[in-house]
Amino acid sequence: MSFAKTAWKNIRRSPYQALAAILIMTLTFLVISFFTFLLVGSSKVITYFESKPQVTAFFKNEAKQSDISALENQLQATGKIASIKFVSKDEALKIYREQNKNDPLLLDLVTADVLPSSFEISTVQIEDMGAISDMLNKSSFVSDVIYQKDVVSTLSTWTSAIRKLGIALIVLLSLVSVFIMATIIGIKISQKKADIEIMKLIGATNWYVRWPFLTEGVVYGIIGAIVGWTFATAGLLYATPFLESFLKGIPVLPASYLGLFALLGLEILFAAFLGIVSSFLAVLRYSK
Amino acid sequence: MIKLDKVSKKFGTGVFGLSDVSFLIEKGEFVFLVGSTGAGKTTIFRLLIRDILPSEGSVVVNDWNIVTLPKNKIPHLRKKIGVVFQDLKLLLDRTIFENIALPLEVAGVKTEEALKIVEDILVQVGLKEHRDKFPVQLSGGELQRTAIARALVLSPEILLADEPTGNLDAATSWEIVKLLSDINKKGTTVVMATHNRDIVKSLGKRTIHIEKGKIVDGEKTKKEVKEEEEKKEKTEKEEKKK
Repeated sequence: MSFAKTAWKNIRRSPYQALAAILIMTLTFLVISFFTFLLVGSSKVITYFESKPQVTAFFKNEAKQSDISALENQLQATGKIASIKFVSKDEALKIYREQNKNDPLLLDLVTADVLPSSFEISTVQIEDMGAISDMLNKSSFVSDVIYQKDVVSTLSTWTSAIRKLGIALIVLLSLVSVFIMATIIGIKISQKKADIEIMKLIGATNWYVRWPFLTEGVVYGIIGAIVGWTFATAGLLYATPFLESFLKGIPVLPASYLGLFALLGLEILFAAFLGIVSSFLAVLRYSK
Repeated sequence: MIKLDKVSKKFGTGVFGLSDVSFLIEKGEFVFLVGSTGAGKTTIFRLLIRDILPSEGSVVVNDWNIVTLPKNKIPHLRKKIGVVFQDLKLLLDRTIFENIALPLEVAGVKTEEALKIVEDILVQVGLKEHRDKFPVQLSGGELQRTAIARALVLSPEILLADEPTGNLDAATSWEIVKLLSDINKKGTTVVMATHNRDIVKSLGKRTIHIEKGKIVDGEKTKKEVKEEEEKKEKTEKEEKKK
């Protein structure tokens, strides 16, 4: 482990360079973590909306059970239906109570009679929603039809934009951090040129000379990844209460600890890779 | 064993560092390499550790042909040859102990073992009380002994000392030479480059004299000289008989 000791000494003896290298890595991994949260979160939101009934039809109070069954059969016959679920007035009340359990005033005001029964329908293909909702609108005992086509497609557009932006930023920052680290390690190699020459003259192999620098790059990368991840995760945990109330009812948060630590693990691996690449560039460039 | 055969070294500037140099140094010999500054002494040392390649001729150290030695074997070669460089080449940010331990570290010797070896060498060269000082805190003679200790720490078969008495006073020079000759007595081949004539004369060892890259004297080993003298005597006797 003598190369690790040498690497540590190199870091300690040039704190500003080490700090610059660690900070650029921290920034990179802060952005990586942040965009990962954003992407995982938005894809969860989309899945949520996709799994939700895409068309909801509310029935008038006078609709009879037989009419409803007839309509159900009619809908099934089109072959465009993935699932169809009848929500009775009592079930509607239950859902309402669950959503507003923190607000006793709202609970008192509402009884099962006030709430309509409904169909929650999802179609096999999103394009069929228009036809289905037309069919429902024509029915005389349907009072209202809501469908969420726009929500999902808007979200998808946003998510893919975020993904593209995220990937572009991550690639850019990774490149920047590799070049900055290569430059910093290059400076260190130049400073130690005389020492390296002496070591080679007394029989040091190229790898003996290179290992401390490679280790140094990996150490910078890993520290940067851990710090960046910690900031991003702390931010996420801090913001969780606000976000939860903002995303009312959509089960995105709290983030799973397993997922967070898996992200940390992957980031450390990626950081080590970036560290190796940058020190290798520096070593090949400066230690000839 | 060191063998140079018709070695020439032409530098990039077109100047000949060495031209047509041949000599053999047997295992266990103590040889002085003398000549004025720029005569080619250091060039010979650099050839021996493959810091540079000859333009012509062959260089053999132990069983290695230096000219054809693959690059990845160079570290092996350098671990077998201890060198006391003219400018010492000590690492200024390491203590005397760390400097001496460096070849062991490079060779991957275990820490405890290295510790013992370095302690022994420190005693041998008389630097025990300076072990934790830095090179700037030591005198010229002490630094010279540090460099010798570092050259010896891997128990090399060959020790090359380039002007080890270069800028030392007479008394200290003698200490260094005595140290080198003690090392030689233990079986290490020692080649010492110097232009200190007093030392060369009083020690009475084989002397290879080069000037301007050419050998002036001392090309032959003592054995070779002896054989030649015997041959000469023989022929003379035979001639007398006639």
